[in-house]
Amino acid sequence: MGANDSTGIASAIGQPVLRKEDARFLTGTGQFTDDVTMTRQTHAYFLRSPHAHATIRAIDVKKAKAAPGVVGVFTGADLTGVNGLPCGWLITGTDGKPMNEPPHPVLAQGKVRYVGDAVAIVVAESIDQAKDAAEQIEVDYDVLASVVSSVDALKPGAPQIHEQAPGNRCYTWALGDKAAVDAAFAKAAHVTKLDLVNNRLVPNAIEPRAALASWSRADDAYTLYVTSQNPHVERLLMTAFVLGLPEHKVRVIAPDVGGGFGSKIYLYPEETAMVWASKRVNRPIKWAAERSESFLSDAHGRDHVTHAELALDKDGKFLALRVQTTANMGAYLSTFASCIPTILYATLLAGQYTTPAIHCEVTAVFTNTAPVDAYRGAGRPEATYVVERIVHQAAVETGIAQDELRRRNFIREFPYQTPVALNYDIGNYDQTLDAANEMADVAGFAARKAEAKQRGKLRGLGYASYIEACGLAPSNIAGALGARAGLFEAGEVRVHPTGSVTVFTGSHSHGQGHETTFAQVVAARLGVPVDNVDVVHGDTGRVPFGMGTYGSRSLSVGGTAIVKALDKIIAKGKKIAAHLLEAAESDIEFHDGKFTVAGTDRSKTFGEVALTAYVPHNYPLDKLEPGLNETAFYDPTNFTYPAGTHICEVEVDPETGVVQVVAFTASDDFGNIINPMIVEGQVHGGVAQGIGQALLEHCVYDTSSGQLLTGSMMDYALPRADDMPAFQVDTKVTPCTHNPLGAKGCGEAGAIGSPAALMNAVLDALAPVGVTHLDMPASPHRVWKAIRQARPNA
Amino acid sequence: MSVSLALNVNGKPVSAEIDARTLLVDFLRNNLALTGTHVGCDTAQCGACTVHLDGQAVKACNVLALQANGRAVVTIEGLAAEDGALHPMQAAFRACHALQCGFCTPGMVMSAIDLVNRHPNADEATIRAELEGNICRCTGYHNIVKAVRQGAAEMGR
Repeated sequence: MGANDSTGIASAIGQPVLRKEDARFLTGTGQFTDDVTMTRQTHAYFLRSPHAHATIRAIDVKKAKAAPGVVGVFTGADLTGVNGLPCGWLITGTDGKPMNEPPHPVLAQGKVRYVGDAVAIVVAESIDQAKDAAEQIEVDYDVLASVVSSVDALKPGAPQIHEQAPGNRCYTWALGDKAAVDAAFAKAAHVTKLDLVNNRLVPNAIEPRAALASWSRADDAYTLYVTSQNPHVERLLMTAFVLGLPEHKVRVIAPDVGGGFGSKIYLYPEETAMVWASKRVNRPIKWAAERSESFLSDAHGRDHVTHAELALDKDGKFLALRVQTTANMGAYLSTFASCIPTILYATLLAGQYTTPAIHCEVTAVFTNTAPVDAYRGAGRPEATYVVERIVHQAAVETGIAQDELRRRNFIREFPYQTPVALNYDIGNYDQTLDAANEMADVAGFAARKAEAKQRGKLRGLGYASYIEACGLAPSNIAGALGARAGLFEAGEVRVHPTGSVTVFTGSHSHGQGHETTFAQVVAARLGVPVDNVDVVHGDTGRVPFGMGTYGSRSLSVGGTAIVKALDKIIAKGKKIAAHLLEAAESDIEFHDGKFTVAGTDRSKTFGEVALTAYVPHNYPLDKLEPGLNETAFYDPTNFTYPAGTHICEVEVDPETGVVQVVAFTASDDFGNIINPMIVEGQVHGGVAQGIGQALLEHCVYDTSSGQLLTGSMMDYALPRADDMPAFQVDTKVTPCTHNPLGAKGCGEAGAIGSPAALMNAVLDALAPVGVTHLDMPASPHRVWKAIRQARPNA
Repeated sequence: MSVSLALNVNGKPVSAEIDARTLLVDFLRNNLALTGTHVGCDTAQCGACTVHLDGQAVKACNVLALQANGRAVVTIEGLAAEDGALHPMQAAFRACHALQCGFCTPGMVMSAIDLVNRHPNADEATIRAELEGNICRCTGYHNIVKAVRQGAAEMGR
């Protein structure tokens, strides 16, 4: 199996160390939010809007309040002094004005704007009593016309969702040099045009969102257990912006969290209302979403409609890219909604290519649907889909081989300044393309295609050479672009007197294996066994601060904060060792867990130094504080740029339209790797979600009623084991130049490259029957229909 | 309506007075504090609540606690030996990195054991087809399939 149970010293880096966290998950002793129970705990049920758009004339809660077991019923009218939920990124439009930012009430205020919009919270002794009481609430709705598609919402006469957003427009924003793009198109030898829909997705972490809120009369303090990827951000937003509570009086704990994929980044109405209500009822309140609630109320992903044009010269060199996108924001702006189709999307449109001129215009639109925000990849899968689909189409139109057209346009000199604001520090795109070609046996594809044809099947091969920007990112630049928060990370390293170590990180692990990877980093640096290092995360009461986990930033940003704290530990250790060894501090070297006087065999172990720090009998107390506990905050100087090539091979049954993914190959460059086993697992999972998007998943609202049609796992097709192929994955390394770990991030790459690779493969397979366009998901019905439309008499 | 219930859970006799409509999963989680069995959906699709009832994998969200009356239930907490040694399937999941967030894992392991009991020499296609009732959003199933094969080999020894 090639994996180690535990490993020592410097060799910990790059080893497939088995995960520390597995012991509890495999024995049922993990502690997820819904597993936590408090004495005198009550249960919450949220009454949600059954209508996509309606005015609330009146709400009568009298009967519900008198129902058996009810402890409290609250509606928007009760939340006096409570602000709306904030959006964390201000986008300034092409008109120079700030985006339209309508209020996002915790509980509906006079109007509901999507099916599932929370109207009231019912708190009762049992969940059944809370549900029964909710049925007694009488809401007098005046139902209004609704609109669910972003394109329809922009049309004249469309239902108006917010007074503060005329025409349902949140903003129109642009990036790039329009004049340069227009000039390049004017002299192009060939122009490829494409209309694309990036289908709306429901994240579906397998643990539904949950919360347990309590208030203590003893110290007027709150504790919130919540399914969050970033508990400090949750606390800051909730206390400072919404509830007006002192931040130090609220402890937010995100214990074991069962997957997030972006959907657990945000501050949601439910836990906010529960914290507020916990003091009113003076009882702990528990809520766990039912899956149907998750479908209705978790922030959704993607939902872009795009027109793109690529200009090429006669040799297939890209001259310019022009992109226009309409992005669906849903009914309200979720926490980071506004930056996803802008800052994290348009900036990636250079891809791996030297395209000298790029212009992208994005219109963000309110609709009567659940809020849309970051979902695994967040803007970058959408950008990659545009770039790699249009490059595929350009290759088809120009007759240049898919890999050759990409090679002709690869960036090869670094650092590289793109025309869309990013500065790529390093990469080697030929390397990953070549490796993918070899692993996927592209040379043998023609024979496999011919063999498939004998069986009546259409075989296709598709490429996606993606890039992403991870490790968000310099706070000053993000601030200039509208971010309302910093984007650093914090780490604390506490060395105990016996030399074992506890690390407190602001990153949050909800499947990524930080407890192991971060322990490997610490073990390697301090020369202690991995088993002597514990990693604590997800608790504002224990961790100094944190921005949390999203955007594949945990190792490159959170890991670097830990490395910076380790540097301080070692620097202090050298002072202590110099004292003990009666040598100059500058002569002390630290290797393999030992402080040594350079050029001698005189040394002190890390454990001896740690003990001296806490038992400072022989210690320079006049010059140095006792103890060995250091904290560091790290703010990156640039994004990191993971990149790679994915190749997908499919077989289509033209009789049924069924697409089978027969092979999927990923060659990725994530920079230096700490734990290859975990990295491979991240790629597998990302690819599965990308294949899910391209093949199966599709969130659909009924256009006339605004009802969610795909509201359960029986209507929304999640990938299952028999939908997936075995994956071939491999990594190449160009170390990131600007963080000490040389790490770039690996969490999202799989979901970024795979949708385009799969759709390109499907279109390659369908080319012989005349199908030239298909939108995701490539479901049997859609594929079958496309074949029939292309060949009506077939 | 309150009813009496007596069954065996993880090798120990258990009895309780419960509301007749109590689901087995809620009885395990709320009455017995066996929170390793999870609830991931409300339509019997995800399989996170899978336990063994008289040796057969069932979705505990779709079984009334009363239906387990007089029968034997094994949950994820009941798999490891008294001395803490993991069941071969648990060990294989760890060795193959077949879990990430860990939420689907208990149900996945319980299904995997049932699968191997019924198909000791299952090939990859059979394993994938048999895992159809358990959804994992993290792993892409690649390492789960690997783990089930490895666990099957160990269980067969």
